Amino acid sequence: MGATRGTAVPRKIIGAWLFPAAVAALYAATALFSPAIAAQALKSFGALLANITPAMVLVFCLIFLTNLFIDRRWLARHLGKTSGVRGWVFAIVAGILSAGPLYAWYPLLGDLKAKGMRGELIAAFLYARALKLPLLPLMVQYFGMAFTVTLSLCIIVFSVISGLLVKAIPGIEDADAGGNR
Amino acid sequence: MMEQDSKASRAAKQTAAMVVGTVPIIIGVLALTSLVTAAVPPQTICDLLPMESLLAPFLGGLVGSIAAGHPVVSYVLAGELQAAGVGLATTTALIVSWVTVGIFHLPVEAAILGARFAIWRNVICFVLAIATGYAVAFLMLVGG
Repeated sequence: MGATRGTAVPRKIIGAWLFPAAVAALYAATALFSPAIAAQALKSFGALLANITPAMVLVFCLIFLTNLFIDRRWLARHLGKTSGVRGWVFAIVAGILSAGPLYAWYPLLGDLKAKGMRGELIAAFLYARALKLPLLPLMVQYFGMAFTVTLSLCIIVFSVISGLLVKAIPGIEDADAGGNR
Repeated sequence: MMEQDSKASRAAKQTAAMVVGTVPIIIGVLALTSLVTAAVPPQTICDLLPMESLLAPFLGGLVGSIAAGHPVVSYVLAGELQAAGVGLATTTALIVSWVTVGIFHLPVEAAILGARFAIWRNVICFVLAIATGYAVAFLMLVGG
């Protein structure tokens, strides 16, 4: 048993690095044929990485705190099957307030899903992220107040619809996730 | 006190396992997205596609789904398209799908939240981004 666990972890680590290794090979191939595109991609990758790192650190700190303080009973009450309207409000408000890129939030959502968060609330959270409070002044400047208010309200309504549609997909709650459990 | 320590150590181990399993996939996805957008920038895709046709909101959603970067970029792109005469439904679909749909992020989402969930959520969000575009355009028209 111990031996199995001992080999399983490195195998998991190696498996996780296979995808970035394949992408690195793509970069090498691109650099052979078009060094300018490869250089531009590397520059853009560096900028994206610098952009995502603070959000990822914040998300992993949140994961640590949820692992430490939030138990399944709390989660079931606020985001689980019995959370009702409170769960929807909680998910949509959290989605609107969440900062950083979409993929930065997957680990935390995966962790919460493993603890019992409803799939439809995850979908609502991810859709509500389209409403970005810090960017609203910029949106007003670009597209006007009427558009910004209309879009904001539509995003809130459609985030509920996205959750309801995800809920309607058979078997989606039981879908098996990858190796992060 | 000891129970608290063991709880903290268990939480740290669970978090570390998640970091180890997730970070490489996120790095790979970021690198792939950067490579694709360097090879084919979203603006080039918009220039190539018929963004003023009947299919335009669908195409706007598609560009937003494959694009990456800060949402501000989507505002700038949508603003330019709108100035060029592209409809509100199309630019709205682009802005919404930019944030809610991630074709290149799909491997990360599938690995963490499950493939079935990730695929269905992205399909639903893609359709709803277009629907949001039409809804906003309709409401703006009705509201004057």
